[in-house]
Amino acid sequence: MLAAASASEATTSHAGSPDAFTALLFVFLLATFIGLGVVTRVSRLLHTPLMSLTNAISAIAVIGSIVIAGQDHPPLITLLGAIALAASMTNIVSGFLITDRMLRMFKKPGETKRP
Amino acid sequence: MSFWLIEAAYFVASALFVLALHGMNDPKTARKGVLAGVVAMALAILGTFLNPGIVNWAWIAGATAVGFLIGVPLSWVPLTAVPQRTAVSHAFGGLAAGLVGTAKFYLWQDAPENLTAFRTFAIVAEVILGFLTFTGSLMAAGKLQELKWIPQRPVTYPLQNVSNIGLLGVAVACGIALVFQPVSLAYLFPAIVALALAFGVLLIIPIGGADMPTVISLLNSYAGLAAVAMGFVLDNKLLVIAGALDGSSGLILSIIMCRAMNRSFANVLFGAFGQVHKKAGIAETRTAKKETPEGAAQLLEMATQVVIVPGYGMAVAQAQQRVRELYDELTRRRIEVKFAIHPVAGRMPGHMNVLLAEADIPYDKLIEMDDINPELPQTDVVLVIGANDVVNPAARHDKASPIFGMPIIDADKARMCLAIKRSMNPGFAGIENELYFADRTYMLFGDAKTVVGDLVKQLQASPS
Repeated sequence: MLAAASASEATTSHAGSPDAFTALLFVFLLATFIGLGVVTRVSRLLHTPLMSLTNAISAIAVIGSIVIAGQDHPPLITLLGAIALAASMTNIVSGFLITDRMLRMFKKPGETKRP
Repeated sequence: MSFWLIEAAYFVASALFVLALHGMNDPKTARKGVLAGVVAMALAILGTFLNPGIVNWAWIAGATAVGFLIGVPLSWVPLTAVPQRTAVSHAFGGLAAGLVGTAKFYLWQDAPENLTAFRTFAIVAEVILGFLTFTGSLMAAGKLQELKWIPQRPVTYPLQNVSNIGLLGVAVACGIALVFQPVSLAYLFPAIVALALAFGVLLIIPIGGADMPTVISLLNSYAGLAAVAMGFVLDNKLLVIAGALDGSSGLILSIIMCRAMNRSFANVLFGAFGQVHKKAGIAETRTAKKETPEGAAQLLEMATQVVIVPGYGMAVAQAQQRVRELYDELTRRRIEVKFAIHPVAGRMPGHMNVLLAEADIPYDKLIEMDDINPELPQTDVVLVIGANDVVNPAARHDKASPIFGMPIIDADKARMCLAIKRSMNPGFAGIENELYFADRTYMLFGDAKTVVGDLVKQLQASPS
């Protein structure tokens, strides 16, 4: 059981070490600045779709859930992973679908006629 | 080999997630942004499937199917219910983060060398953020859905803030203890989970409906930060990047909402806004002037520019289609019609824009508060539909008013103001609105849908 777990973690050899942690801290810092820069430019018209889109994007937790649910672990752990996976998948599916549904409603001036 | 494929998939996905948000700059490119997001997510998931340790395909397929079964119907909700749906999504995001953190903590109990101080710290952060977002968002969704067993008005009690912060403090203290002794003190872990769950509920209980746009944005940010913490636990850059994008987006939206109400974060979270403020001063009997639909229709017909100020009351009355018909009737008469959108109109950021877009109002007619205000003194008629606090002039001059200092739409500066209102009851924030008693304001009493429908009928009947 643990062999499987550590096999997948062996790919990132120094995981959990201080330098792996600080590397991620730098990634976090830069991604936050990029996020702030990009989101301040988002049209105010689209703040509701923006929130449903970021909902879907933050469901990236799905990759953690897949690893927990998918690896050979005790049943209880697998169950936790499966619930997390179902929750993330719900956010991905509903987040992207409703964002697109809302965005389709924003009509350019001049194309206001319904099909 | 699979290592490089996985890393490549994650690398491309990271770039596409940024591009997805970038697409939202403009309604014209926004749908391409969604596509970029979908491709990014597909790459991330497929990449993760390449992980050599993954064997439980049945579990993955089952959970994915459940996700689709819940997710697809959840995307069909009426647009008035989008705030609740969003809150439920935040709850799911928080739950997923909390559960993954919990699973990892117990898995690593058998291999304690993995529970380095950094990792344990990240797990504690993930679990606290995840579970407090979970219950907090469920509470927010319940308040937005107006469930009977969740009080709508803020619930306050003595020492509320002190006890709430104390509760969180205990959870953090347990977490710090775990960082040093992750195995021998493992029994503290369930306590942290329980405290985080309780804190989420207690955080939302004192917050009133008018503050929901801010709270939803803040929970959005927490859900993102929980994903970031998961990235630190799993040593995964993609999680950190996508989570940071979500976290910063929620942060910016919360700041915009706070500014639009002239309030600070601390005030929203700990101020228990929305209580019924008993104001003694209004003993003098002021009367509002009433207008009939016939008279109002004539006033509208004579105008050259009409600005409509929609509020959540329009959505509650389902009046959007009637508003669209009114827009058509007026535009046909070559009257310039614009919509003035206050940032906190509705129950979440940008809610009013989506509701009007659904009713086929072209988006170039939806004007932000700061852009429309200079035009209002030259506007012939302002029509207020279901908005209240965002047009209350008391925000400009009455230092005693709880909304003092909040930027408002200057409906009172127009040549004439027509306000549609069900009755003279104060609005969501429980504050009397001076606008209704102003010299140039005329009230149209009744349900927004009926009144706007009557206006449309009057206009249709008269030759244009």
